[in-house]
Amino acid sequence: MERDARVCVIGEDVGHYGGSYKVTKDLANKYGDLRVLDTPIAENSFTGMAIGAAMTGLRPIIEGMNMGFLLLAFNQISNNCGMLHYTSGGQFTIPVVIRGPGGVGRQLGAEHSQRLESYFQSIPGIQMVACSTPYNAKGLMKAAIRSENPVILFEHVLLYNLKERIPDEEYVLNLEEAEMVRPGEHITILTYSRMRYHVMQAAKTLVNKGYDPEVIDIRSLKPFDLHTIGNSVKKTHRVLIVEECMRTGGIGASLTTAINENFHDYLDAPVVCLSSQDVPTPYAGTLEEWTVVQPTQIVTAVEQLCH
Amino acid sequence: MSSAFSAINTIQPLHRTIDNPSVSPFLGSTHKLRSFPACNRAPSASSIRRQFSVVAVSDVVKQQKTKSGSSLSNLLITKEEGLELYEDMVLGRSFEDMCAQMYYRGKMFGFVHLYNGQEAVSTGFIKLLTKEDCIVSTYRDHVHALSKGVPARQVMSELFGKTTGCCRGQGGSMHMFSEEYNVLGGFAFIGEGIPVSTGAAFTSKYRREVLKEANSDQVTLAFFGDGTCNNGQFFECLNMAALWKLPIVFVVENNLWAIGMSHLRATSDPEIWKKGPAFGMPGVHIDGMDVLKVREVAKEAVERARRGEGPTLIECETYRFRGHSLADPDELRDPAEKAHYATRDPIAALKKYMIENKLVNEAELKAIDKKIDEVVEDAVEFADASPHPARSQLLENVFADPKGFGIGPDGRYRCEDPKFTEGTAHV
Repeated sequence: MERDARVCVIGEDVGHYGGSYKVTKDLANKYGDLRVLDTPIAENSFTGMAIGAAMTGLRPIIEGMNMGFLLLAFNQISNNCGMLHYTSGGQFTIPVVIRGPGGVGRQLGAEHSQRLESYFQSIPGIQMVACSTPYNAKGLMKAAIRSENPVILFEHVLLYNLKERIPDEEYVLNLEEAEMVRPGEHITILTYSRMRYHVMQAAKTLVNKGYDPEVIDIRSLKPFDLHTIGNSVKKTHRVLIVEECMRTGGIGASLTTAINENFHDYLDAPVVCLSSQDVPTPYAGTLEEWTVVQPTQIVTAVEQLCH
Repeated sequence: MSSAFSAINTIQPLHRTIDNPSVSPFLGSTHKLRSFPACNRAPSASSIRRQFSVVAVSDVVKQQKTKSGSSLSNLLITKEEGLELYEDMVLGRSFEDMCAQMYYRGKMFGFVHLYNGQEAVSTGFIKLLTKEDCIVSTYRDHVHALSKGVPARQVMSELFGKTTGCCRGQGGSMHMFSEEYNVLGGFAFIGEGIPVSTGAAFTSKYRREVLKEANSDQVTLAFFGDGTCNNGQFFECLNMAALWKLPIVFVVENNLWAIGMSHLRATSDPEIWKKGPAFGMPGVHIDGMDVLKVREVAKEAVERARRGEGPTLIECETYRFRGHSLADPDELRDPAEKAHYATRDPIAALKKYMIENKLVNEAELKAIDKKIDEVVEDAVEFADASPHPARSQLLENVFADPKGFGIGPDGRYRCEDPKFTEGTAHV
């Protein structure tokens, strides 16, 4: 925001309240009420407003207080955000960033525990990225703000408390690249967002059992980084996808197809995809735990695949 | 000269005009169904505190006219302005008529929504704007684009789906955009353009207050219909625009019908102008078949927005002579209603006004008619002769930054491959 005065934040409680997860804390004091705009509760309209502002020269960041609330903005995100650059024949660009916390939290109930990446993935004209560490959150956010394309940045409710040392110098990550978390030889595990931590926990167990998993945080949900993924598949010949979104029509489903189409010659076994159950996330802690993929399930899946 | 927005503290109800038959009342074919609100209702305390009045502006304008007589200096327009308005309305009408012809000849396809009959609203408002002011419309947007200055050739080419169209043939009838003339669309879903227009107004205010561009006073006009006024986006944007005093004018083109749904069957309180004061902005109802009345009110509203005093809601009573679209059989509307509005044709009305007040003579108007005929013919010829888009155009504007197509298996960005855009659709 300091580098470019056209960058502004639009969302509910982003200003005086500092954001419901304090992502925009103190920004309103520094930049004023118009640059960090507290909106009324009207997701569809303020998303559309941000799109109109982007068309006329500003670079807004739209916050969905919870990603699930952006379901109300689906009209604007699908019809306008994704499509206007095309239907205007390239005349107008929509350099918006749409961000917010999503994912399954701690007993937040079904409506606050949604994963919208699968709902948005078919919209042509948008890019989707998911951050998972403080380091890549900062780098991806900067990249998203600087991008001329509309970018949806998925954050996770349970990852806001992570602490990490990050460089003082400015750095910008590549929106389309995946991140190699742990190189390995036996199997490729593709994941993103919070499931990265479940995978790494499972990886510890797997290493003790003698396996050598390669873990890749795909980060770019749309488009997929087929180079990093492809090189890994060519090396290990086995793929396990671990994701938090639903089984039906999820990111994993698209990724499975992409891998089969491009790298089927290199696969020794079918691609296995572990996703959340197709249920509205229950409130009860035990049920909620069984809805998402747990490290033990990941270990079992790897053991099965590697035979 | 009394302003239509002078601060009187009572809301003057519209039905006052019933007493004055020479002024056009708020009519619809279901006139019989309308219930008359009580005339003697005392204004509530909160409405007294409000600063703006809601006046039947047709009254105000009519009073001014009869008071001043018809001396040339007191007319509402000059000769040049009159000719400009006439030409713009004739362009709109001829263009739309030509669209109908071309559609039935198989030159354009899909949904085409024509604007015949509503020209006074487009001309009355848009001719007051500068090139930097923005407009946002709905699917009935050909004439809005033309009034704003987009060349007829570009609009016709777009309708034919050719590369020379204003949107390279990718938008079509319902998605007219022009960066040069600040036409921000062209939207197929009703109501979804209103937030976009609110955003354009927000940029104008942001430029002035955050970026400190002192001369940033662009105004945005949002055009939409009666059906849209029952949609959530309309109300949400009225709230935000009034809350932040955005430089926007909301123009309701109430043509009484949303495809086959009569406005009176769809709306609990059909007087849309009343919804303005509910959100803290003036609400005005005007005769949208009279370009001069439209222009008078539009001038006030646009200047109000430019001064930074905030938005205005203007309801224009108008009528579309044709069906909702070229595919609409238009069976539900009462022929008597159509005949009534045909007598209020805005082009005929302006012509009559200018000739009676000796602003122009028949020959000058006929010359304009002929000129417009040539412009429209030329537009058709240009569109016909223009090329269809090549296959390589298919993926070109999906992303402003084509890196968004991602990194391919070979490590290069897909867009770096020169053959990329000729590829198959699944890329």
